[in-house]
Amino acid sequence: MRRGGWRWGVLGLALALSGPAAAGDAVRGEAVFWMAGCASCHADAAAEGDARLIQSGGRRFETEFGTFIAPNISSDPTHGLGAWTEAAFVRAMTEGVSPDGANYYPAFPYTSYTRMSDADLSDLWAFMQTLPASDRASEPHEIGFPFSMRFTLTFWKWLYLDDAPVITVDAGLERGRYLVEGPGHCAECHTPRSVLGGLDTARWMGGAPNPDGKGRIPNITPGAGEFSGWSVEDIAYYLETGFTPDYDSVGGSMAAVVSNTARLTSEDRMAIARYLKALPAVQPE
Amino acid sequence: MKATVLALAALAIGVASVPAVSADLDKAVNARKAQMALYAWNLGQLGAMAKGAVPYNAEVAKATAEDLAALASVKGPTMWPAGSDATAMPGVSRAKLEAWSTYPAIIEKNDMMANASAALAAVAGDGLDAMRGAVGPVGGACKSCHETYRAPKN
Repeated sequence: MRRGGWRWGVLGLALALSGPAAAGDAVRGEAVFWMAGCASCHADAAAEGDARLIQSGGRRFETEFGTFIAPNISSDPTHGLGAWTEAAFVRAMTEGVSPDGANYYPAFPYTSYTRMSDADLSDLWAFMQTLPASDRASEPHEIGFPFSMRFTLTFWKWLYLDDAPVITVDAGLERGRYLVEGPGHCAECHTPRSVLGGLDTARWMGGAPNPDGKGRIPNITPGAGEFSGWSVEDIAYYLETGFTPDYDSVGGSMAAVVSNTARLTSEDRMAIARYLKALPAVQPE
Repeated sequence: MKATVLALAALAIGVASVPAVSADLDKAVNARKAQMALYAWNLGQLGAMAKGAVPYNAEVAKATAEDLAALASVKGPTMWPAGSDATAMPGVSRAKLEAWSTYPAIIEKNDMMANASAALAAVAGDGLDAMRGAVGPVGGACKSCHETYRAPKN
């Protein structure tokens, strides 16, 4: 199912009836903020602890399509999202469209965020408004032709933007699936892409080239995956502390992810682990 | 006390520009890996309790955490010679050249590990929940340094 215009009609009606005061819960929104991993891209790369709450942008992501530069999404009204409405925020997150109607590049993982619940999005928006303002100006991405033509993304989204779940799971695994396929956006790195840059769902979580450097993002499916020997508890503990079952520690780009998952509840980490253990095994290529 | 440890650690990496012969570089990397293996061993004992794989034992937890804190205070004044980085010794060393080229920034990571493991040693004998909570910042210190200064495996 695609997110359709009816949602905006409903949302518009809801806003008209309740006014903007019907805000989400910022306390719950903080949990969503860590689930969604906003700080992994939008905080300064060297930031630790609470400095990761400063969403000033500026990190550069070199890919085969060009260099993406994370924008300022702090509460600053000029350089960040301070002057946005909740409706504009939700539309950006779920449809990849800016307040002035331009398509976002899918380096911003709205193809995953489109699966987020309305309540989580509302709570997240409430939390984002409480974050410190940064007056750092966002920079344009450094993208060459033809990818510089953003209107072509409308066709790309028609191909790849879908809020339906990817994997059919048994009862009890829905929460883990929601966290991984939605806010957690794990597949954005762990699943390989087609030549057009869409995720190859037949090899879901089967590992992929590292878009941001050398080496590979690992296959995290059970069976032939590199982590098939890890138990549910091992995975959950890794997401909490960064320790592998051998007590080596996480490094590379996954380190920032664990900085986020460390802030989830232990129930949510266990839910993620159970979903990952239930994935269809992807054989190495 | 901590200031002294850090000053000595600073001295340790500071004198790392003294050239060493190749066999000594290999041995220095091995010595570093041995220290990391001891970290992993001790963290493994505490982690097994935290995960519930083995029952919590206050006495063992306390002594193990104290060993970990002692390891974090190892000064290793000659363990980080110049030329023992991942660029100079691919396949042998995974320590990024940045550890040397941005020195003394790495001392901040050393400080994190010393503080987190001392805090863990202080509470590891006070019950499972107290220990569990204090392992997290140690993991954070490991992660923080590895994120910045360790090259990927492949």
